[in-house]
Amino acid sequence: MKKDLYDYELIPDVDMPAEFVQRIKDYDDLEDTTLDTNMARRQFLKLSGIAGGGLVLAFAMGGAPRAEAAHHGNKKGAAALNAYVQIKPDGKVVIAAKNPEVGQGVKTFLPMIIAEELEVPWESVSVIQSDIDEKRYGRQSAGGSQSTPRNWTPMREAGATARTMLVNAAAEKWGVSASKCKAEQGQVINTSNGKKLSYAELADAAAEQAIPDAKILSFKDRKDFKLLGKFIGGVDNHALVTGQPLFGIDTQLPGMLHAVYVKCPAFYGKVKRANLDEVKNLPGVIDAFIIEGNSVDGELSPGVAIVAKTTYQAFLAEKALQVSWDKSDASNESWGDFKEMAKDLTSKSAPATEESGDMAKAISQADKVVDSFYTYPFLSHSNLEPQNCAAWFRNGKMEIYAPTQTPQGIAGPVSKILGLKQEDVVITQVRGGGGFGRRLINDWVTEAAAIAHKVDAPVKLTWNREADMAHDFYRVGGFHNLKGTLDKKGKLTGLQDRTLVFTNKSNGRPVRGGGIRGGNIQAPEIPNVRIEAHEIPLTIPCGWWRAPTSCSVAWVFQSFIHEMAEAAGRDHLEFLIEQFGEPRHLGKQTARDFNTERAINVTKDVAEKANWGRKMKKGQGQGLSFYNSHLGYFAEVAEVTVDSSNRVKVDHVVASCDVGMLLNKSGGENQVEGSIIDAISTVAGQEITFEEGAVRESNFDEYPLLRMPSQPKIDIHWLTTDYAPTGLGEPAFPPAVAAVTNAIYNATGKRIHTMPISKEGFEIV
Amino acid sequence: MATIQIRVNGTNRQIDDIDPTTPLLWALRDHLGMVGTKFGCGKGLCGACTVHLNGTAIRSCSTPVSAIEGQMITTIEGLAKDTENLHPIQEAWMEHDVPQCGYCQAGQMMNASALLAVNPKPSDQDIDNAMAGNICRCGTYKRIRKAIHTAAENGGAR
Ligand code: FES
Ligand code: FES
Repeated sequence: MKKDLYDYELIPDVDMPAEFVQRIKDYDDLEDTTLDTNMARRQFLKLSGIAGGGLVLAFAMGGAPRAEAAHHGNKKGAAALNAYVQIKPDGKVVIAAKNPEVGQGVKTFLPMIIAEELEVPWESVSVIQSDIDEKRYGRQSAGGSQSTPRNWTPMREAGATARTMLVNAAAEKWGVSASKCKAEQGQVINTSNGKKLSYAELADAAAEQAIPDAKILSFKDRKDFKLLGKFIGGVDNHALVTGQPLFGIDTQLPGMLHAVYVKCPAFYGKVKRANLDEVKNLPGVIDAFIIEGNSVDGELSPGVAIVAKTTYQAFLAEKALQVSWDKSDASNESWGDFKEMAKDLTSKSAPATEESGDMAKAISQADKVVDSFYTYPFLSHSNLEPQNCAAWFRNGKMEIYAPTQTPQGIAGPVSKILGLKQEDVVITQVRGGGGFGRRLINDWVTEAAAIAHKVDAPVKLTWNREADMAHDFYRVGGFHNLKGTLDKKGKLTGLQDRTLVFTNKSNGRPVRGGGIRGGNIQAPEIPNVRIEAHEIPLTIPCGWWRAPTSCSVAWVFQSFIHEMAEAAGRDHLEFLIEQFGEPRHLGKQTARDFNTERAINVTKDVAEKANWGRKMKKGQGQGLSFYNSHLGYFAEVAEVTVDSSNRVKVDHVVASCDVGMLLNKSGGENQVEGSIIDAISTVAGQEITFEEGAVRESNFDEYPLLRMPSQPKIDIHWLTTDYAPTGLGEPAFPPAVAAVTNAIYNATGKRIHTMPISKEGFEIV
Repeated sequence: MATIQIRVNGTNRQIDDIDPTTPLLWALRDHLGMVGTKFGCGKGLCGACTVHLNGTAIRSCSTPVSAIEGQMITTIEGLAKDTENLHPIQEAWMEHDVPQCGYCQAGQMMNASALLAVNPKPSDQDIDNAMAGNICRCGTYKRIRKAIHTAAENGGAR
C-alpha cells in the first residue's frame, strides 16, 4: 500500500481557535501522543453487552495502558473511543459516530471510512449518534475542519481491525492460513477453493479472536476503494425529507415549557428592574425572573427569563416586557467610530509584530509604491436554526439537549454557574441547523440551563431571529493599510500591513479570528514583509466564523496581490504563481506549514479549467484568487457580468482544490458549493454594524443571505494527491471572496476596497 | 383563547385553548407537536416555515391559525402518502443529497412541490423565481434546482 503523505501536524494554530489549540495541547499532553506514535499505540477494545451481539469493537486513540485506565474511569490517560463498530449475527453493521453533525456531513463520511476498510456494502450499514462522554469518546467537537484529518487513520484502523478478525475467524473455521482468505463486501472468501462465509456467519466467532496489533494491520490501496470518493447521501436524509424531529429545536419533553431570554441590547448591560409582575399576568406565562449571570465572555450574560406554556406566548410576553438596563459596564462602541479611528491610526506607524527583510529599504529602493486601504465588516453567523436548547433539571441532574458544536464545553460553565457537579450535567447531542462556528460557543445552552434550574419542568429556550442576530459572537471586522513595493522588473519586493487588531478586553489577546501574521499573506517569495498592529480593546463579542481569520484576510491579501500585479502591468496568474516561488514545502509540520507545490498546482489547474485570460465581453471579467486554510489548498476563478448600473451577476465560479482525496463526493462538493455561495453572500451585502454597543441589523431584511436567483454556476475540480485527506467545511470559502471582487475589477476597472460591495455602489443580482 | 379546527395532512385536528392570533407555525409545533415545519425568521423572510394551504405554499409563521379555520393544511410530515411512497420531491431530494444541515429543506420541499403542482415542467428561471423566498444558509441552491428538475421528470406535479 502506498503510504499517505502528511503535510501537517494536527494542530494548525493559524486556523484553529486559540482556546481549542490549548485544549488540544492539554489533551495531547495527557495522551502523550504525536501523529506517529499515536498510530502505533491506538487500542481497540472488545465490548460486551451491546444489544444485538456479534462482533463489537470500540476503538480508542491512546496507549495500551489507557484502555485499562478507562475501566477505572481515570481521566488522565482515559482511552478515547472514537466510535464503535458492531457486526451483528444478522449481517447488519452498526457504526456509531461520535462528533456533532451540523451540516458538514461528518455523521456520514466518518462511518464511510470504517465501512471501506471493513469491506462491507454501505447498504448494510446503519449509523447511530454516540453519547457525549469524554471518558469514553475523548474529544467530541465539530470545528476547524478537523474531523477528517484527525479521524482518517483511526477510522481506517477500526475497519481494518474488524476485517482482520473476521478473516482470522474464517481461516480458523476452514483450517487454512489467513493469507488464503480475502474479505469482500460482507463475506470472507477462501481463495484456494472459492468457498465463502458471510460476516453474519462469522460475527460471533470473530468476537473470540484476538485483537490484532495496529502495527500489523494492512489498509486497502486507494485504487481499490469501493465507497470512498463515491456520491453518498447523508445518513439522516430520510428523516430530513419526511420532517421527522432531528434538530435541537425539535426537542419535545413531557410537560415542556417554553422560554425566552431577554438581554440588554448593548452587550454586557445588566438588569436594573423589569415589569415582571405585569409580564407574569400575561396569558400562558408561568414565570418571569431576572438572572444575574456572570458576564463572562461566552458564558452567561445578565437578562430576564420569561417562561410560558408555548413559544408564541413567550414571544408575546417579551413584547410586553419593559426593562431598565444598567449600562455602566456595557459596550457603547460604534462601528462608525472604529472606522474613523482606523483610518487615522493606521496612517501612523506602530511597532512591528513581525518583520522579515527590511521593508524601509524596500520602500526607499522601490520603482513603484502602491498604497491601499481595505475594510471589511463584522458578520453574523445566522444559522438558519436560531439558537435554542432544551434543559430539564430533575433529581439534582441537569439534562441538556443541545445542537452544539462543542458538547463537552457545556458541563464546565453550567456546573460552575449553577453549583452542580460536572457529572450531574448530562448532555444529549442533537443535530444543529448549521454551525459555521457559532455553536462552538454555548452561551445559549448556559442560559437554558440557568432557566431550567429555576423551573419545575423541562424548558426549551428559543431565541427569535432578532435575538440571534443581536447576540451573536461576530466575525470581527478589520482594517488594513497596505503598502506594496515593486522593482523595475515588476517584481513584488515588499509588503507592509499596518492593521488594527481588536483585543479581547478580558485577556488582552486578539479577539477570536482577529490576529494577523505574515503567514496569512501566503506569498513566501516576498523578500521584505512587515506587519504592524495597532491594538484596540473591544467589548463586542467576537467568535469563530467559518475559516476564522482566513475568511477575512484572504480577501485583503488576494486583492492586494492582484492590485500589485496590475501596478506592475503583469498577468495576475503569472504574478500570483511567482509569489509562491519554487515548489517546496515550507514550515513542514508546523503551524506555518505551506506547500507551495500544492499551491502552484491548484492555481495552474484552475487557470486551465476556467480558461484563464480568454477574451471577455465588455462588462465581463474573470477574477483569480488562491488560499490555503484548514489544510486545504483552493484556487478559484469567478466570472462576472456587470451592467451599467453596477449590477453584478456572478456567472460562474470554478474551483480547483487539493485536500488529498475526496472522501464523499456528495458531501464534499456540497461543502464547496455552500462555501462559495456563503462567500458571495458576504460580498453582496452582509454587514453587522453597531451603535452604542448594540447591533442594528435584526433580521434577514437587513442582513441579507444570498438567494436562489443569484447563485452562479459552480464547477469543482479535485486534484487527487497522496496526501492524507483533510476537511472541507471551510477552505473553499476564503479564496472565493477575492475571486469575485477581482473579477469585478477586471470587468469594470473599479477596485473593491470596502466590503460588502454594496458600500462601493455595486449590487449582486 | 379559542378552540380552532383545522385539517392537517388529511386529519381533522381540534386545537383547544389557543390564542387565535397564534401563527400556524407555532400551532403546529407547540400545540400539535408537529415539528417538521421550521422556524427561521418569524417575519416571512426565509421560507423555512412553508406549508400548503389548500395546495398553495404559504408562510406559516405569518398566518394566524384563526385565519385558516376549517381549511386544509399539508405539512412536510404529510407530503408523502406514507413512508413507503415518498413524494417525487422527497425522492429527488435524497437522490441529489440536497441537504447540508437540512434545516431549510422542509420549507424548500413544500415550496417546490407547490411549484410543480402549478408548473409541472419549470425552467431554471421559473425555479429561481418561485424559490427566491426560501433561504438556504448552507447554500444548497444548485442541488435544489437539480432536484426540482428530477422531481418534475418523475411526475412531481401530482
Ligand atoms: S420563519 Fe416563516 S418565513 Fe421565515
Ligand atoms: S441545508 Fe442548511 S439551511 Fe439549507
